[in-house]
Amino acid sequence: MVEITIRKRQREDAVITQRKFFKKTARGKVIKVIRERYLRDDVVCGIDGCRECYSTVGPLLPFNGALDHKLFPHGHFVLPDTNVFLAQMDLLESTLFTSPIILLQTVLEEVRHRSLPLYNRLKTLVKVDDKRTWIFYNEYRSETAVVREEDESPNDRNDRGIRKGTSWYNSHISVTRPTTRGQITPLPSVVLLTDDVANRLKAEKEGIPCLSVRKYVEGMPKASQLLDLLAATDSEALEPTVAAGGRGAIYEDYLPTGELAAGIKAGKLHQGHFNANQFNYLEGSVSVPAFEKRILLVGRENMNRSVDGDIVVVEVFDEKEWKAPADEVIDQEVTLKNDDVEDSDEEGDNNEAIVEERKALKTEEAARRAAEKQPTGRVVGIIKRNWRAYVCHIDSTSLTSSNATSLSQQTVFATPVSRLLPRIRMRTRQAPTLIGQKILVTIDKWDITSRYPEGHFVRALGKVESKEAEQESLLLEFDVPYRPFGKAILDCLPSEGEQWVVPPKSETSLEWRDREDLRDLNICSIDPPNCQDIDDALHARRLPNGNIEAGVHIADVSHFVLPDNPMDDEAASRGTTVYLVDKRIDMLPSLLGTNLCSLRPFVERLAFSVIWELSPGAEIVNVRFTKSVIASKFAFTYAEAQKRKDDLKLHDDLTESIRMLNTVAQKLKAGRMTAGALNLASPEVKIHLDSSESSDPIDVEQKEMLETNSLVEEFMLLANISVARKIQETFPQTAVLRRHLPPPSANFEKLQDILKKRKGLNLDVSSSGALAASLDKCLDPTEPAFNTLVRIMATRCMLSAEYFCSGSVSKETFGHYGLASPIYTHFTSPIRRYADVLAHRQLSAAISHTPLHASLHSKTHVERVLGVVNRRHRMAQMAGRASVEFYVGLALKARVEKSLKVHSGKVTEEAFVIRTFRNGLGVFVSKLGLEGLVTFKRETQFDAENYTFTIPVAETGDKDVTIAVFDKVVVSIDVEKDRNTQRGKVKMTLVSPIDSTAL
Amino acid sequence: MSSRIEILNDGGYRSDGRRQYELRDMTFDMSEQAGADGSAIIAHGLTQVLVSVFGPREAKMRSQTLHDRAIINVEVSIAPFSTGDRRKRARGDKRILEFASMIKATFEPVVQTSLHPRSQIDIFVHVLQQDGGVLQACINATTLALANAGVPLLDFVCAVTGGVHAAAPMLDLTTLEENDLPHVTVAVMPRTGRVTLVSMETRLHVDRFEEIFRLAGQAGSVLHKEMRAAVRERTKGVVDAMGSGLRTSDFAEDAMMDDT
Repeated sequence: MVEITIRKRQREDAVITQRKFFKKTARGKVIKVIRERYLRDDVVCGIDGCRECYSTVGPLLPFNGALDHKLFPHGHFVLPDTNVFLAQMDLLESTLFTSPIILLQTVLEEVRHRSLPLYNRLKTLVKVDDKRTWIFYNEYRSETAVVREEDESPNDRNDRGIRKGTSWYNSHISVTRPTTRGQITPLPSVVLLTDDVANRLKAEKEGIPCLSVRKYVEGMPKASQLLDLLAATDSEALEPTVAAGGRGAIYEDYLPTGELAAGIKAGKLHQGHFNANQFNYLEGSVSVPAFEKRILLVGRENMNRSVDGDIVVVEVFDEKEWKAPADEVIDQEVTLKNDDVEDSDEEGDNNEAIVEERKALKTEEAARRAAEKQPTGRVVGIIKRNWRAYVCHIDSTSLTSSNATSLSQQTVFATPVSRLLPRIRMRTRQAPTLIGQKILVTIDKWDITSRYPEGHFVRALGKVESKEAEQESLLLEFDVPYRPFGKAILDCLPSEGEQWVVPPKSETSLEWRDREDLRDLNICSIDPPNCQDIDDALHARRLPNGNIEAGVHIADVSHFVLPDNPMDDEAASRGTTVYLVDKRIDMLPSLLGTNLCSLRPFVERLAFSVIWELSPGAEIVNVRFTKSVIASKFAFTYAEAQKRKDDLKLHDDLTESIRMLNTVAQKLKAGRMTAGALNLASPEVKIHLDSSESSDPIDVEQKEMLETNSLVEEFMLLANISVARKIQETFPQTAVLRRHLPPPSANFEKLQDILKKRKGLNLDVSSSGALAASLDKCLDPTEPAFNTLVRIMATRCMLSAEYFCSGSVSKETFGHYGLASPIYTHFTSPIRRYADVLAHRQLSAAISHTPLHASLHSKTHVERVLGVVNRRHRMAQMAGRASVEFYVGLALKARVEKSLKVHSGKVTEEAFVIRTFRNGLGVFVSKLGLEGLVTFKRETQFDAENYTFTIPVAETGDKDVTIAVFDKVVVSIDVEKDRNTQRGKVKMTLVSPIDSTAL
Repeated sequence: MSSRIEILNDGGYRSDGRRQYELRDMTFDMSEQAGADGSAIIAHGLTQVLVSVFGPREAKMRSQTLHDRAIINVEVSIAPFSTGDRRKRARGDKRILEFASMIKATFEPVVQTSLHPRSQIDIFVHVLQQDGGVLQACINATTLALANAGVPLLDFVCAVTGGVHAAAPMLDLTTLEENDLPHVTVAVMPRTGRVTLVSMETRLHVDRFEEIFRLAGQAGSVLHKEMRAAVRERTKGVVDAMGSGLRTSDFAEDAMMDDT
């Protein structure tokens, strides 16, 4: 049973035991708060063997303190004040700093008030075993408690408390030490460490031993090493602590809307999407039509509270101030790790985080090159905020209390998963339970006085790294609608459900009206393994006249999805099916997608067929489009089809037709290539899953391309092109088409420059054909993967393809750059793309099968729908990539663990350098399709002109090591979790040509 | 800035310098209030409550009288100046009514109402100052006021609030702590060890409940000693003032109260 007592105090104590202060609420009301305090005599001093204080807890301070300081031969303890902890934490954390430290409660609380991250560091410091630190609760000890006097600032009060604590310690030691035979033995002293001159003067007056940190360190045994750790502060001046005044504005106000509109109209201001730089959080860019290059926004003030994706209005600076983009990696978490959640409202030069940030900007400034100048500017207004809910992690150092039962409201930082976004400050009552979880946070506002946007918690998604949470966070992050289909939508499905079949052929049947019976043809489908939504099938046969008849049969989705019903609306808003590694989010209910519309083998299905008559030279003699009924004879995978085609023993009709298709496809491809189509590459990898249930990734490998892949691709392209011509002819105003604009040559400048300087190669970007030809010449005989790498980099320079409505752009811009086709659309995958459904409807009307729905006659409607589809399409691609990335990460982790177990080695992979920064390298691991950063903390030489990066001899100890773009290096890959946010991070370090772990 | 205050620091001190199981300073003032039959002002730290008891007397409302026992009527008023932000609570405030009914329910099994049929006992509770543990202060003050009024009670009722921070239980919470911690107020009758009230308005983990509950009960008996001493002293003072030889009954009362 514990002892329960009543703390009694005298009435007259009230003066020192009650504390009165005024508090202003959020609403501006002033509240008087009175708190009590119970003073006691049993707060122990913590010195080992003290006669009066008896303590059982913790490691105690040695009896005589430290004896190794020059100025204090009889031993001493140090008692630093608050500013010492705030400014010199590195020094105190050093293992060489061995003096026993007395930490006063006053100091501890002041540190907590001033900076939580530093407070957390201090707390771990106290717990470290080889440090001898004792917390003395001076505010609760009756002799040392101080009360703030009239017109005394809180700072002065604390300083006085610290002085009082120090003098108490000194007298306490002298009182409790035994005097041997009346003779006073020299006593250890307690030394007040402070950089505040005024405080030192007062202390000296009161006879308290005190020193500045520098003086103290100079007298220490390992002074030379410790002096390096001393942070340079201008604290020799009086009173370095500035009381935080009123809130200063950090950002400028936006201009009024009218002014913005007028400015844009007059060409003084420019409007565009804000893009944050993922390598450098202090930089962003806006691409506007008026400038060929993007407008650079450098620094927090110029970015003026814009968040990635916002539509902003920019004012461009004078040409003198134009700059080159940064070539340094600045990580928000590293630079601002000590920033405090609540204090970050207050602008002031004493704010460490700001100083740090300015430093980062300044060093970077110096390194910017004169060449390659880009316009710079600042954001003066926002047209539209594109804020949504962001997936975040809670930064654990920003918590004031990590106690799981705490119900109090705390302000914490939420760090978004995406590197493009700033940290979000939010208030929550459940912070401790949210640590280690993925959560959804929305931004509410961003005031001019606040460095960070403010948001609120929406909901928790689950534990970090659990599959469900990761998957859901992906879908949310990329805005993929993933709710199950509602009843109204499912009601639009045929009532027969799974039992639906093509009815027997008859004159009166609705399904058979105007449909050709192609059930006898040798149609087969070729798809990736385990494909369930088969939306295309092919056939070929030789015609009596020597020509070849080839047919592409596409699932007739428009027969089931009628315009303007709930299912159609839902499909239009979903836009596309999203494929994640372990999940598929369908655009259409799965009854259609994987059954009724899927061109499964051995069953009759409705199809929309494109049938060509091709000459033996693969020229189109004739093409016709028809609705049909087909019965696929077989569903191949790419590999099976390939095997069958290559098996010379087989001569059945199906095999022959595959061979025929293949020969035609090869000719088609050759034709396309001569026309100037690009053969692009993107880093695609395939994830092997353990089994369909567990979905644990086993390994990662690159996707391989078979001949049959290209067979299917060629025919799909052909079908798309033919359909595009037809619908454009019939509906010149509203045809749903797809185009790929030629990239502006400025996009290629950097790549061209690198290639020229590093490899002596020329990249001709005048047309897609020229580009294709010069890409073919980009070869490095020693490195076969080099060509692929260049192709990947070239792909990144291009614009992305988009859907458009034929009436809304001029006819010259219809072309598809990558495919070198003057016109193109998407027709072949109506199960998983909504644009294809529209193309189906239009084609169906073009062949007078079904009248066109009124909405497809309206240009604005088509434009609107395609806008959504374009966006969804982009998001789906990114979500798919992110999902692969996540699994690559998991697989990597498994591999790292395995290799650690087996031979305690690291996972190493070959990688190519694709970018150089001033303090790091961007590398690409083609085997894993993974891009990463290798950063260096130590001094390196960076030659921006030649894209090389030199680690000087001083660091390597041997000779200078130079690394350039396109060099092959070996990196070791490790997956580590961020300690604060639990965000998994791939960390790469260089292994060859030089080990960078120490750098 | 309240979030920047540690509820229980590494040294084992609470924000006001107490340790986990230490109760705040308390004072009992049982001096006469004009008009009231018995009254008490009790302070737990900065929380201060005044209770006045009238009765047993004839019930004002005839219709409500019970033929076999007295009715207890509790009215609570919270002074607008009792908290930092001045807030006036209406008489019909649901929170106050709930408070009153809690106090009533606590005392119904303790007051020997059957000795006073067809009468009424009025208890007026005035919260003068709030700093956590208002309910416990109200109950303790009511006990003393009833004793002071000479209303026959079966036992003292002693209430203490217990809370839990992480895994550390603590007693007698201040406002600051109450806002942050799950807490329970337990009222016990120390002689029999019976519990007359358990009130919990926050969520508390089941595993923690028993510990806190037991601890609050124990704290109740510590409180009991203190309250008994106060009653004794008051009685002694009154008796001395009367200056007569009613010693025997005084002893008898003592004997009864020592019977714990």
